[in-house]
Amino acid sequence: MTPVSFYMVLSAILFAIGVAGVMIRRNIIVMFLAVELMLNAVNLAFIALGRRIGSMDGQVIVFFAMTVAAAEAAVGLALIIASFRNRETLNADELNLLRW
Amino acid sequence: MPVWLFIFLAALAVISALGVILQRNPVHCVLALALVLIDMGILFIGLGAETVGFLQIIVYVGAIMVLFLFVIWLLNIQTEERTSEGHLGLKFFGAIAAAALIAEFFAIFLNTPAAMTPRPLPVDYGSIASLAHLLFSSYLVAFEVTSVLLLAAIVGAIALARRVQRAGETVIHQLSSSVTSTEKAA
Repeated sequence: MTPVSFYMVLSAILFAIGVAGVMIRRNIIVMFLAVELMLNAVNLAFIALGRRIGSMDGQVIVFFAMTVAAAEAAVGLALIIASFRNRETLNADELNLLRW
Repeated sequence: MPVWLFIFLAALAVISALGVILQRNPVHCVLALALVLIDMGILFIGLGAETVGFLQIIVYVGAIMVLFLFVIWLLNIQTEERTSEGHLGLKFFGAIAAAALIAEFFAIFLNTPAAMTPRPLPVDYGSIASLAHLLFSSYLVAFEVTSVLLLAAIVGAIALARRVQRAGETVIHQLSSSVTSTEKAA
């Protein structure tokens, strides 16, 4: 039986990789993927701790987090498409005006 | 889940997660993230959360990752343009911040679990029926609000990604259509 701290450590490593991805990469799609990675790292922590205390509330939270992630992906990708149509770039450093 | 299986899955997850942020081609990044998500789904199932594990694979890998792939193909990006110089400092601080974050998490997580006493699991732990029971009793309001959120996301995504006609084009279009309608009337 794997101790719960192993899961928490894995979750921490994945979350930190996500943070590093948002900071290092300049492609907005890859930054977005790194955000999804962070969301999933937190989901893993919820499930592992819920298992530890024998409660299913963690799973419900993960269910809602997945729904929010789906909505976020749809709107975020629509924003990326809209900005790519106007600026012809995916580099976050070139999107430096607060308008189209 | 036995420890060796966990270690194997964890190593696979970390390596693919590094692949997400280190590869140049965005399509490869998406595929690496899909691998991480399938891996996490297997971990969820191993933790007794079967429903959420399968939902993870169906919804995340089957829907969200495919959406990312469609957008990448729609925008027709081959490879990322080489980033200009001057971001080395940002990369350096990004790596340092991530390392500090890992150290912080380790310090927290390795200390807290003693505070939580493990409890025996109910028989139907992680089943669809028990998850649905929770969703429709304790979390009913949140569940209904989620449906509104999804509706708003659909409307927002369509409104944002719609191809907007330029003002001149619409005027010309309206003019030509009114001209044709008057011609028909005549």
